[in-house]
Amino acid sequence: MSAYLVTNVSILGGEPTDLLLRDGVVAAIGSGVGFETGASAPSSTTDGEVIDGTGLVALPGLVDLHTHLREPGREDAETVESGTRAAALGGFTAVHAMANTEPVADTAGVVEQVWRLGREAGYCDVYPIGAVTVGLAGEQLAELGAMADSAARVRVFSDDGKCVSDAVLMRRALEYVKAFDGVIAQHAQEPRLTEGAQMNEGELSGRLGLTGWPAVAEEAIIARDCLLAAHVGSRLHVCHVSTAGSVEIVRDAKRKGWNVTAEACPHHLLLTDDLAETYDPIYKVNPPLRSRADTEALRAGLADGTIDIVATDHAPHPHEDKDCEWAAAAFGMLGLETALSIVQETMVDPGLLDWAGVAERMSYAPARIGRVADHGQPIEVGAPANVVLYDPSVRRVVDAASSASLSRNTPYAGRELPGRVVATFLRGKATVLDGRLT
Amino acid sequence: MKRHLLSAADLTRDDAELVLRTAEELRSLADRPIKKLPALRGRTVVNLFFEDSTRTRISFEAAAKRLSADVINFSAKGSSLSKGESLKDTALTLEAMGADAVVVRHGASGAPHRLAHSGWVRSSVVNAGDGTHEHPTQALLDAFTMWRHLGALDGRRVAIVGDVLHSRVARSNALLLQTLGAEVTLVAPPTLLPVGIDTWGVETSYDLDAVLPKADVVMMLRVQRERMNASFFPTAREYSRRYGLDGKRMRMLQDHTIVMHPGPMVRGMEITADVADSDRSVIVEQVTNGVAVRMAVLYLLLSGAEGVTGTDESENDA
Ligand SMILES: [Zn+2]
Repeated sequence: MSAYLVTNVSILGGEPTDLLLRDGVVAAIGSGVGFETGASAPSSTTDGEVIDGTGLVALPGLVDLHTHLREPGREDAETVESGTRAAALGGFTAVHAMANTEPVADTAGVVEQVWRLGREAGYCDVYPIGAVTVGLAGEQLAELGAMADSAARVRVFSDDGKCVSDAVLMRRALEYVKAFDGVIAQHAQEPRLTEGAQMNEGELSGRLGLTGWPAVAEEAIIARDCLLAAHVGSRLHVCHVSTAGSVEIVRDAKRKGWNVTAEACPHHLLLTDDLAETYDPIYKVNPPLRSRADTEALRAGLADGTIDIVATDHAPHPHEDKDCEWAAAAFGMLGLETALSIVQETMVDPGLLDWAGVAERMSYAPARIGRVADHGQPIEVGAPANVVLYDPSVRRVVDAASSASLSRNTPYAGRELPGRVVATFLRGKATVLDGRLT
Repeated sequence: MKRHLLSAADLTRDDAELVLRTAEELRSLADRPIKKLPALRGRTVVNLFFEDSTRTRISFEAAAKRLSADVINFSAKGSSLSKGESLKDTALTLEAMGADAVVVRHGASGAPHRLAHSGWVRSSVVNAGDGTHEHPTQALLDAFTMWRHLGALDGRRVAIVGDVLHSRVARSNALLLQTLGAEVTLVAPPTLLPVGIDTWGVETSYDLDAVLPKADVVMMLRVQRERMNASFFPTAREYSRRYGLDGKRMRMLQDHTIVMHPGPMVRGMEITADVADSDRSVIVEQVTNGVAVRMAVLYLLLSGAEGVTGTDESENDA
């Protein structure tokens, strides 16, 4: 097994040091460590590759709690292989694959299939999310226990794309997953308030004649679900929080000590609804891009911990589903390869979050919420060598064509973003070196 | 003028007045035995209608033909062409056919915008109504009709009454009439006014009777009975009682006040037959003016010149 010695690297932005990755673990940390350091196991190599880490930040491998890998069913948009390649390029070592595939991941069979495909791909670990209801239809609980007990060991359940809007069903789901320490990740969207909704409801939706997606449709569900989670003593995770009001509700729930976690997506941190003025559906996403005040509230919530994590909601779509008029286009945008850069731009560079904070929001906390043991651990001797090396000093222009995703629906094409993932290590094996897949 | 007419907001006051003046020149054609000008001879205008609207299509067709343009009607009614990708495919076909202008009517807001700005076609794009967004030539013909009856619109009070939320006519009129100096009041039940309307620069009212005595123009919008199924109002009857224009309300109007309707009317819903057929009603005239205004728009977009009937070959050609 190969070893990597990263010299003069700044772990979480700290004082530069040397970092030895060997035998799948962090073997040594400290100035002057070499390949021979602590090489006791018979399998250990005493040589390997040296990477000059000068100017680089080492972060624990990122963990995404919200990825759409599209396989099975929409392999024209993404596969587990292509999606995990994009993930590795973005610095991720683990992703949670959403259940809205075709067929839906609502049985042990489908989640095991996705889990196996992830293992075969080898670019990052894939943790399937199970559907809450059969076929995402919102009528009958899927076999949550069977999925939890399967080889995929599902702990996160979500009907994402659809909201579990029935209050009784949501209550039962929250209660039921307590038996195996599961969590319900809710796509909070009151369906009747969002029939035909196309964009954030506000001044612009009225002017553009696009049906509005009001903030209240998200906030009403989050408020209800927080109350339900408190009532039954279970774990609720709120997907893609997009409004200032939602941040307030989650903040209040946490203050009360309720077991509620929440995520924000990079695009909701950076982009705003005025982009809809172009009628270019590359900016069409669900929940929609919101106002400047909302993005600011999300940033503040992410900074103070009200919002626990950043999750990408990476949602690949084939070209024709975006190369059309707004109303006919699919919701969703790519996110894996740009997430860290956007967090740097919106959170780190303005001083809202340091690199330790980034590690917490993009690695430790998502792993905790997903109950993933092998990821989201601090870079310490003996920990699994899931590490990303990131250069925050460079700037790059996003090129859609160079994405590892099979789809091209990035809203950032042509936009300059800070930072670049230089290397990603999954259990000590490089999946990305010098910014390229190995 | 800009190369496309996608929104009434694309028109400056000078642009709008140029369209009205040109339309006035062209309107006189209607009174002549031969109604044709050679202005757009050899140019191709495509009417691309993804939504059924015979009256608008015929109006554009007549306008283009009176300017001697070649007209291709492309009605994409029905299922196969109602989906997204076909807009692009159709656009590429039109581009290959060498269309100089594409007049597009589409059920999706922003479809003409996509057509104009996605690199699919090089032709001028005229929005003939897109979803619940805009219908700029309707606003121009409405302004033209008001202008012929009332003169300059500065300070004139225009009440637009009805389903503002779903109305592209209301959006375009609110923009254009303000550009021309009129004071616009949108009257509707609160459920039929869009969120954010306070930023439109118009007055709003829930009380038709309070607005009518001051209005110089009353424009009634079509209200579909089916809206009551989505609880925008309780019943058609209650809607008519509160927001319909009937004979009794008509008597509240000033002597010079005109009544307009973009059509098609739902008689008995937003307007009663006696009002629609009264002397105040200029609804039929709106249709006539529609052709003149659309001639002006096509002419100005495609020729870039001013003073259409003053050009060399035009008048003798008749
Ligand atoms: Zn979602």
